[in-house]
Amino acid sequence: MADATATILASGEAIAARRRFRVLRKLLHHRSFMVGFIIVLVMVIAALAAPLTGVDPNRMAIRFRFRPPQENWWFGTDQFGRDLFTRTLYGAQLSLWIGLSVAVLTGVFGAAIGVLSAQFRRLDSLLMRVMDALMAAPAILLAIGLGAALGPQTHSVIIALAVAYIPRTARIVRASALVTRELEFIEAARVAGASSMRIMFKHLLPNAAGPLLVQSTFVFAYAILAEAALSFLGIGPPPPAPSWGNIIAEGRQFAVQSWWIMLFPGFAISLAALGMNLLGDGLRDVLDPRLKVEG
Amino acid sequence: MYRGILMRLSQAVPVLLIFSVMVFMLMHLLPGDPALAIAGPEASPEAVEAIREQLGLNRPLIVQLLEWFSHIAVGNFGESLTLKQSVVSAVAERLPVTLSLSMVSLLVTLPVGIGLGVVAAYWRNSWIDACVMVIALLGVSLPGFWVGILSVLYFSVSLGWFPPSGYMPLTEGGFWPWFSSLIQPAIVLALFQIGFLARITRSAMLDVLDQDFIRTARAKGVDEWTTVAKHAFRNTLIPVVTVLGITLSLLVGGSVVIEQVFALPGIGRLIVQGILNRDYPLVQGTMLLFGFAFVVINILVDIIYTFVDPRVRYG
Repeated sequence: MADATATILASGEAIAARRRFRVLRKLLHHRSFMVGFIIVLVMVIAALAAPLTGVDPNRMAIRFRFRPPQENWWFGTDQFGRDLFTRTLYGAQLSLWIGLSVAVLTGVFGAAIGVLSAQFRRLDSLLMRVMDALMAAPAILLAIGLGAALGPQTHSVIIALAVAYIPRTARIVRASALVTRELEFIEAARVAGASSMRIMFKHLLPNAAGPLLVQSTFVFAYAILAEAALSFLGIGPPPPAPSWGNIIAEGRQFAVQSWWIMLFPGFAISLAALGMNLLGDGLRDVLDPRLKVEG
Repeated sequence: MYRGILMRLSQAVPVLLIFSVMVFMLMHLLPGDPALAIAGPEASPEAVEAIREQLGLNRPLIVQLLEWFSHIAVGNFGESLTLKQSVVSAVAERLPVTLSLSMVSLLVTLPVGIGLGVVAAYWRNSWIDACVMVIALLGVSLPGFWVGILSVLYFSVSLGWFPPSGYMPLTEGGFWPWFSSLIQPAIVLALFQIGFLARITRSAMLDVLDQDFIRTARAKGVDEWTTVAKHAFRNTLIPVVTVLGITLSLLVGGSVVIEQVFALPGIGRLIVQGILNRDYPLVQGTMLLFGFAFVVINILVDIIYTFVDPRVRYG
C-alpha cells in the first residue's frame, strides 16, 4: 500500500517535471518571448556594467558641456558636461530596480489579498471594497498623490506604484482562486482535513501562479513607464539621481539645440518597456492562453 | 433593471467612504509635522501655527476626520492654500481643458484602436496583423511625455504645423484654434490607449470569429461584409465596452502628464503645481473629485453594458 502511494506520488512528480519542461520548451520557441528575453537580458547586463565606464555619473565638467555624441561621449554630454552614456547606464540600474521592486511587492501583496478574499468570504467584501477604492482614481494619479505625500525618494516611488497596481493583481489572483476553489480536489483536500492555510498556499496560490506571473511582468513594464513619468513631473528620485525621467526633464529646455540629451534616455525607457511587454505577451500565450497574441 | 442600478449605486457608497478616508490620510503621511511640511523649511513658527490653525491640524485626528466627512457631504472639497479659492472652483476653471483634451483623444482612440484590432483579427497572421501588433506594442511601450516632446520639436518647432504649447478656449478663438491647440497632445495621449484597445479588440474579435454562428452565417450564404460587420463586430463590442472605464481612467491619468508637456492649463497641471507648492489641501481635494467622478463613470459604464449585452443582469 505504502509502495503504491509512493509510486503514484513519484509519477505525479515526474508528470509535473515533464510539464515544466514542456512550458520551457514552448517559451524557447516563442518569438516574442525570446525577443523580449534578449532585450531584458541586454538591459540587465548594461545596468550591471555601468561602473565599467569608469566615469562618475554625476561628475560635472563645464568645459565639455553640450557635446554632441562623438568618440569619447557616445550619447553626448548635458548642460553640466556629465557623460550621458554613463548616466543612461546608471539610469538602467535605477529603473530596473524600481520596476523589479514594484513587480515583486505588487505580486506578493496582490497574491496574498487575492487568495485571502477567495478563501474567506467574509473578508472578501471588505478587501474588495478597499481595492475598488484604490482603483477609484486613475493609477498614475494615485501614485502621484502618494509619491508626493511620501516625499521625493526612490522608495516612495516604489511604494506609491506598488499601492497603485496591487488592486488589479489582487483581482486577477482572486478570480483564478475562485475558480480553483470549486474544483473537486479542493473538496478532497478539505475532507482530508487540510487547513485553510494549506489550501490557500498549497493549492489556490500555485494554481494562480501563471496569471500572477504574467500580470507581474506587465506591472514591471508599467512601473518603468510610470517611474519615468513621475520623475519627469519632479516626484521621482530627486536630482542629480540619473533616472531616465530626470534626464529627459532636465534636457527638455535644451532640446532644440541639444536634442541628444533627451533622446537616448527615451529610447532606453521604450526599449525596457518593450522588452517587458514582449516577455509578458510570450508568458501569457504559454501560461494563460485566454488572450492570445500569436496564432 | 432599476433595482439593479440601485444596487450598483449602494455598492458605491462604501467605496467612496473608504476612498475619502484614504485621501484624508494622505496629508498625515507627510513625514513629521504636516503643518511644518506644508509651511516649508523657511517658515516662521507663527506661519506654521497659522497653517495648523487653518487646517485644524491641532485637533484630534478623529475630529478632523469627522469634519472632513461633513465637509464632503455638503460638497466642500477644501480650500487651496496658494490660489485663494476653493478646490471646487479651481477644478471647475480647469475642467474644460482636461475634458476637451480627453474627449478629442477619445475620438481619436475609439475608431483607430477598434479599427486596427478588427483588421488585425480578420487578417490574422498576415503582414497586416503583424504591422498592427507592432503599432499596438509600440503604443503601450513608448513613454507619452517623451513622444510629446519629440512631437513638439518636429511638428511645432521644425514644421510649424501646430502651436508648441498652450490652450485656446473654444469660446475665445472658435473651433479651429481650439482644435489645433488640442490635436497634437490628443494624438500623443491616444497612442497608449490605441495600443491597449487594439490588443483587446483583436483578441475579442478572434474569439468571435471562431464561433459557430459565424460559420453558420457564412454557410447559409450571408455576404462577408454582413457577417463581419453585423454578426462578428457587434459581439466584439461586448468585451470592448467593459474596458471603456479603464480606457477613460488611463486617458485622464495620461492627460495629467501630457498637460505638463504641452503647457495646457488643465487639472493635471493644477495637481502638479499643487504638489510643487506644497498645497496639499488642493491636491487632496482634486484627487477626491477625480475619485468620485470615476466611481460615477464606472457605474455608467456598467449600465451601458447591460444595454449592449442583454445577457448581463444584476442578480
